[in-house]
Amino acid sequence: MPDRPMIEIASVTKTYGRFNALDDASLAIRPGEFFSLLGPSGCGKTTLLRMIGGFDTPTRGTIAIDGQPMLGIPANRRPTNMVFQSYAIFPHLDVEQNVAYGLKRLKLDRAEERRRVEEALAQVSLKGLGRRGATELSGGQRQRVALARALVMRPKVLLLDEPLSALDKKLREQMQVELRSLQKAVGITFVLVTHDQYEALAMSDRIAVMFDGKIAQVAAPKDIYQRPVNRQVADFLGGMNFIHGNLVGENGTAIEVETKGFGRVATQRPAHWAVKGGAVTIGIRPERLRVLWDQETARHELAGTVVDRHYFGEITHLVIEIPGMDKPLSVTETNDFGADDIPVGAPIRIAYEPDALVAMAD
Amino acid sequence: MTIATEGQGWVATPARRGFFRTEQRQGLALMSPTFLFALVMLAAPIMVVIAHSFWTQNYLTIDRSFTLENYRIALTEPIYRDLLMRSLALSMSVAFLTVILAYPVAYYISFHGGRYKSLILFLITIPAWTSYLLRVMSWKVILGYKGVLNTALLGTGIIDEPSTAFLYNTNAVLITLTHAWAVFAILPIYVSLEKVDRTLVEAATDLGDGPIRRFLRVTLPLTIPGIVAALIIVMIPTVGDYVTPRLVGGKDGVMIASAIEVQFKKGANWPLGAALSVTTMIVITIVAISSVGLLRWAAGRIR
Repeated sequence: MPDRPMIEIASVTKTYGRFNALDDASLAIRPGEFFSLLGPSGCGKTTLLRMIGGFDTPTRGTIAIDGQPMLGIPANRRPTNMVFQSYAIFPHLDVEQNVAYGLKRLKLDRAEERRRVEEALAQVSLKGLGRRGATELSGGQRQRVALARALVMRPKVLLLDEPLSALDKKLREQMQVELRSLQKAVGITFVLVTHDQYEALAMSDRIAVMFDGKIAQVAAPKDIYQRPVNRQVADFLGGMNFIHGNLVGENGTAIEVETKGFGRVATQRPAHWAVKGGAVTIGIRPERLRVLWDQETARHELAGTVVDRHYFGEITHLVIEIPGMDKPLSVTETNDFGADDIPVGAPIRIAYEPDALVAMAD
Repeated sequence: MTIATEGQGWVATPARRGFFRTEQRQGLALMSPTFLFALVMLAAPIMVVIAHSFWTQNYLTIDRSFTLENYRIALTEPIYRDLLMRSLALSMSVAFLTVILAYPVAYYISFHGGRYKSLILFLITIPAWTSYLLRVMSWKVILGYKGVLNTALLGTGIIDEPSTAFLYNTNAVLITLTHAWAVFAILPIYVSLEKVDRTLVEAATDLGDGPIRRFLRVTLPLTIPGIVAALIIVMIPTVGDYVTPRLVGGKDGVMIASAIEVQFKKGANWPLGAALSVTTMIVITIVAISSVGLLRWAAGRIR
């Protein structure tokens, strides 16, 4: 995308006393993008979101929205709107008054105001609930009101602070789909803060993974899941088998690593990674390892013994010990061929594709 | 009330049987000693007063035949009507003034008190540790002819001779009562401000409101219960106050309570005193309820 970023965050640092909540973070969020800030609690993602919204000021660094520097501009004059984690529905107002809250200041004529409120309520499927009091709403409905109240302002950027964390699993998954299609429909840039990796993977165009106030990696969901830059990112986004290896050859970004078990692996050098000595970590996701049944063979296979088994309904986690390897491998297999019936202690063969093996920094 | 008729969904735990099965009844049991005390010490005297208001004083004895004569006097004699009106006007002024002055204090403690909140609240209660009479006397020292205020104004050359405008009039009563009741207004307002979710204020900001608009549209409407409580707490007792008017009010400061006192003592007309008391009670109830209603209505209009 050649046009200028919607949000440009340049070397932003936020310190509370001697604690760095955010440490030299730089980020460019594109117009119309669904962007997620993903990380464990205390990683600085909410701090960053609040600074974009104008509720906190950076200690150092600058934030620009749509080319406008935001230094000194208070939250009420920024082209952003926020969906708060607690939803912050005004308890003394009904749904319609909540949604119209920000419009009142624009002094629209009554018909136009009504039309925009109705439109926003329709967008979040709350038509007909306009007169409902704020205290008579379910969690999901409150979430929708918060969303409508922000969308009705037609902001350039919509900020969402863990908007789904208070909902139960089923509703959360439904809202993920709805939020995603709503974002596509309105075309507004969404910035979502979440600690739920599945949420981020399912909804975002791009994700920034954050740890300890630093941005570790910014990439599309698939890239971040398949090619994490370091062990921390790999671990946070789901299960990963880590294998120690030694660097034996390199040619530009292509590297060759000698491992126990997987032998000589040809892969790509991870981004921002300096090879220290010869040690390299190689990772493979548990679902990229596949159980071989009966006489089935594969070009790349390993033989071992099942040492543990965990049943999860549609899938089973198998823990498999491979002779010559330091640690057992985790394998995720769907249950359609009966992986849940494989007894502990049974000999087993597993297959993998070499391109599923990724090198990463520690 | 029998236990057998108890048909609700509460599941009785084996340990808690009989009368204390439901939460409601446990609550009743917990408050009943206080409730009984209040009933005996509060309701009974009021009943006696109400009864007296329908009787007639017959020199030293009381004629217990029913009459409305006392109420006719209480409501039609200009002196009592004026005194009642003046008392009401004064107590309402005190209540509104106290709330207006207390709100910023409570707001500051709640929103900007930080970790000194408890300390500031504690400091605010300190004046209330001394006797009420002492505090009224202190105001005499401040407002008097050769008092602190006059001396200061003379010293700075603002006035040439001591002013008599400060003490022994309605203003002195107003100032003294406002000061005396400040704590009782600050506390309920503070509590209601504490209950305001700060995210709501942020949400109002996010939707475009500056500091004043978000205060008027979110904080103020949400603290109406505290304001109402403060108004009632201040308004009701000040109507019947007669110590302050007597000490600092001079002849302008005579209030309905003084008239009631006269009827029970020098006037020796208990039934008339009782009728005046009951009338005051009813009027203040009506005034309090209507001020509360007016306030809620006004808050509703701000949106």
